[in-house]
Amino acid sequence: MAPRTLFEKVWAAHEVVPETRDTPAVLYIDLHLVHEVTSPQAFSVLRSLGLKVHRPERTLATMDHSTPTRTDQVLGRVPIALDAAARQVKQLEHNARDFGIELFAMRDERRGIVHVISPELGATQPGMTVVCGDSHTSTHGAFGALAFGIGTTEVGHVFATQCLLQRKPRTFAVNVNGTLPPGVTAKDLILGIIGRIGVGGGTGHVLEYRGSTIRALSMEERMTVCNMSIEAGARAGMIAPDATTFAYLEARPRAPQGSAWSAALARWRTLGSDPGARFDESVDLDAATLEPMITYGTNPGMVMPIGAAIPRAGDAAREKALDYMGFRGGESLLGKPINVVFIGSCTNGRIEDLKAAARILKGRAVAPGVQLLIVPGSQAVKRAAEAEGLDEIFKSAGADWRESGCSMCLGMNGDTVPSGHYAVSTSNRNFEGRQGVGARTLLASPLTAAASAVRGRITDPRELM
Amino acid sequence: MSGLKRIESHTVVLAASNVDTDQIIPARFLTTTERTGLGRRLFADWRYGADGAPNADFVLNRPEAAGAQVLVAGRNFGCGSSREHAAWALKDYGFRAVISTEIADIFRSNALKNGLLPITVSEATGGWLVAHPGAAVEIDLERLTLTLPTGPVAFELEPFARHCLLEGTDELGYLLGKMPDIERFEAARSG
Repeated sequence: MAPRTLFEKVWAAHEVVPETRDTPAVLYIDLHLVHEVTSPQAFSVLRSLGLKVHRPERTLATMDHSTPTRTDQVLGRVPIALDAAARQVKQLEHNARDFGIELFAMRDERRGIVHVISPELGATQPGMTVVCGDSHTSTHGAFGALAFGIGTTEVGHVFATQCLLQRKPRTFAVNVNGTLPPGVTAKDLILGIIGRIGVGGGTGHVLEYRGSTIRALSMEERMTVCNMSIEAGARAGMIAPDATTFAYLEARPRAPQGSAWSAALARWRTLGSDPGARFDESVDLDAATLEPMITYGTNPGMVMPIGAAIPRAGDAAREKALDYMGFRGGESLLGKPINVVFIGSCTNGRIEDLKAAARILKGRAVAPGVQLLIVPGSQAVKRAAEAEGLDEIFKSAGADWRESGCSMCLGMNGDTVPSGHYAVSTSNRNFEGRQGVGARTLLASPLTAAASAVRGRITDPRELM
Repeated sequence: MSGLKRIESHTVVLAASNVDTDQIIPARFLTTTERTGLGRRLFADWRYGADGAPNADFVLNRPEAAGAQVLVAGRNFGCGSSREHAAWALKDYGFRAVISTEIADIFRSNALKNGLLPITVSEATGGWLVAHPGAAVEIDLERLTLTLPTGPVAFELEPFARHCLLEGTDELGYLLGKMPDIERFEAARSG
């Protein structure tokens, strides 16, 4: 057999019916993750057609997008402030019960952002196909799974048949070699990659992150990288499973146990791209040349090293972006005052991210007038952080420490950035209004976010390390 | 969904590149549990000022945009979030086709499932359309042609999606017809 890529192996193993000129492939889905915002209309379709969920045991639901992060609302001491969010939460409870789907509801200690909880449970595994009505499903590609976001109609398809109709995407090798310099994180790496290939550079492709830099990343760092594959327009991003992957998964509650574990390991070890496998596209990056990155515009491709000058506007879109952000081409961002810092999201809301922020914040205080909001990616991350005393470091510094959820990443749950305010955010999108109407978002790593909170100005984290 | 064979309309042009789905429909409107009624929220933060009054400068608020069923958009239209609400909002507003030199993957898929035709054209055709807002165009889905006042150009569409649009059928029916294959696949894997 001709050498195959990781993607091609996973794809082939899930083809129920291969594609033809006239019809897409019928692709089997191993794991369907569900949340409250993109599922209600899909459940309605099942009801109207009298259909059941075909494989409820392959379906896992949580609440994260519209849910509040304030403890009193999460614990039910007071009602959820947003009526529409409260309705979505109720409806998911109702739908999960009616269709026999496991749900981590508001007060469940396993609840959290969908892309944080599935890996931490060991539900996401190498070689799987994973989908969710959320574009950041690409996160799960860190395990060597083929994982991608789908729309609500497709959520309905997976409910009813456990399958999707899909055309086979093309492949794109992202080769990264060299050692990341101190202060340069996985977030800076993926922002650097997006800056290089552009926000549409991956359209129609599945990225495979390869090379010595990728091999040296922890699982959490790999998740940060794969998470933002969609910001390069890619269908998915994948990393071949290796010893790091297996060590992360071993003994997690939903990982295979006992003899099933050994059998799984043997299978997973064959997944990596074969030597000589061909990719449709490729790009090479030298990790050693990277610096802490920050965005200056209104999409994640408008990104630069933190000490650089903002590129001068060359076209109308760039000019509009700089106008929205209140920046001028040619100026530096270092030292610019900020109003809000958000540390959290499916990109950077895991325990290693919180530890990185704590390294900067320990013994320091948030600058006067700046709001620092720290939102763990899951209730398990929250407990782990509290067990290590990170919450005390955060609270002593003046940060607001919350319950888990998507929070300020997308501003549909009560956590928003006021109009015109500048927010350094560890999330994934700096689109106009993403964090609130008129909000101005600067995407960066947890280190850069924490350092900027301390100074109240955009700060190179290496100055505080 | 009734069959879609032909669209004749003038265009409205939104030339900015990388228009993301947060612009098409901001997240705060995703708390709905319905598919309908999102047209009035389409491009909400560009269409309306902070006081809720229409922003006269925005292209959809200009008199000549009224009744347009074809949106001409800049490169990488529909990037970002997978929210199908973006396709629902465009359709509910009255658009039946989006034309761009590049359309983001998930948005394209969502559009096709809602009878909103995503058409990718060459730089030359895209450039002409952007330079001629309001142009009368005709889209023929059977012949896969987009006819501009200057003449017809061919476009490509995934054959199965085209079939579903023409016949007004949905993909779920087709997938349900594959249940015997799906169950055989499941049995073979667990065996």
